[in-house]
Amino acid sequence: MPGVLWVPAVLGLAIVVLPLVGLLVRADLGNWVEHVTSPGAVAALGLSLRTAAMSTVLCLILGGPLAVVLARARVPGVRVLRAVVLLPLVLPPVVGGLALLYLLGRSGFAGHALDLAFGVRVPYTTAAVVIAQTFVAMPFLVVGLEGALRTAGERYEAVAATLGARPWTVFRRVTVPLLLPAIGSGVVLSFARALGEFGATITFAGSLEGVTRTLPLQVYLLGETDVDGAIAVSLLLVLVAIAVIVVARPRAVERAP
Amino acid sequence: MIKAVLLAAALLAGCGTGAGPAETTVTVFAAASLTESFTALEKGFETDNPGVDVRLNFAGSSALAQQIANGADADVFAAADETTIARVADHLENPAVFATNHLTIAVPRGNPARITGLADLTRPGVTVVVCAPQVPCGAATRKVAPGLRPASEEQDVKAVLTKVAAGEADAGLVYVTDARSGKVDAIDFPESAAAVNNYPIALTKQAPNAPLARRFVDLVLSSTGQNELVRAGFGKP
Repeated sequence: MPGVLWVPAVLGLAIVVLPLVGLLVRADLGNWVEHVTSPGAVAALGLSLRTAAMSTVLCLILGGPLAVVLARARVPGVRVLRAVVLLPLVLPPVVGGLALLYLLGRSGFAGHALDLAFGVRVPYTTAAVVIAQTFVAMPFLVVGLEGALRTAGERYEAVAATLGARPWTVFRRVTVPLLLPAIGSGVVLSFARALGEFGATITFAGSLEGVTRTLPLQVYLLGETDVDGAIAVSLLLVLVAIAVIVVARPRAVERAP
Repeated sequence: MIKAVLLAAALLAGCGTGAGPAETTVTVFAAASLTESFTALEKGFETDNPGVDVRLNFAGSSALAQQIANGADADVFAAADETTIARVADHLENPAVFATNHLTIAVPRGNPARITGLADLTRPGVTVVVCAPQVPCGAATRKVAPGLRPASEEQDVKAVLTKVAAGEADAGLVYVTDARSGKVDAIDFPESAAAVNNYPIALTKQAPNAPLARRFVDLVLSSTGQNELVRAGFGKP
């Protein structure tokens, strides 16, 4: 490695680390506990953890099979589908939120139909938060799993099939166990992404304490009026993020593509 | 050759006058509800003061106050209530109230939920969107309708207006001036008189261009400015 790489590397690290230092320096640490145990912050933390957990489960049970299909199915157009699945990764989340609103909102065709048929209205509900989070977080899981599936190849699955295993048995006994590390990292990444979701949530779900106001929305609201509170809640988010990365399988995160 | 020198000199001179943006631009931070009226005033000011550029920054008053507290280069701050401006009083000269505003019920065009007054907003099945209590329109909302259970508390009045105009809410509480956009219908309610917002305007202490900024504030307070504000639906202080 050329020694000169140290210069940009240190600068790059500084861009990641220094803002967090700024947050810490400006924080009113003496009253931190008070700030993060305020009713608004507690409600936001609870809601954030609940919704992020639910959307992670959705990512897994929908995104997992999607990754398998994208990696294994031999149908024309799979490459296009793969690009489509990546869209939420590249789109600004606020665009995703608008798109969801014009699909599931009252004026959207699906939202209108749901309202007429079942009296179900999605916007402004906790379900809307979960949908928004799933929309932005799922690509992280799909991309990771699909990459792992391609790397693993189909040898073991082919062998199992020649030994007489049915497709479901192969999937359960060979594919899934092979994928476990990638599933772990995918779950961690999508949980973290769901926890940080802001733009799609505020556009699609609105902002109401205990119902749709997750931690990032709480930070945004407080940021304009109660800066100490906003910083305290931000630090809480940083702590949760660090916990997610440290506790939940650091190696799995490193192995993610 | 002489021509070239002259041209260069002219260019330099041009740069000389043009290089001082501090002398020819006024940066005005104004509450989102002032968007239409201040945009109109900007045009008049720029016509009367050739070469002057007014830069308008519209957002929720609280967000603007936060930017000023964090050192944004503003010459003038016009907020939607006195509480917000008091929060950054250290950074401002003495404020003057230049307009008043009050709330109205905005409903999607045609009023699909048949809202007729404040009482209808608490009816089951009616989706209501309001401003968060931390921002001026939300503080006013809390005063006139403390028992309201909104579906969402938005960050500024334009966000409420957008949700109502898109039909994603049956009703929203906005300022009378915002409801004039034509995108929604407005239903006035008598209780709104309980919360009249005073709009203060002030020069910032570090105004990069104080003399010109003062002229803009004078315009807002002048009869021309007042007429423009009344046309937008504001009340006189």
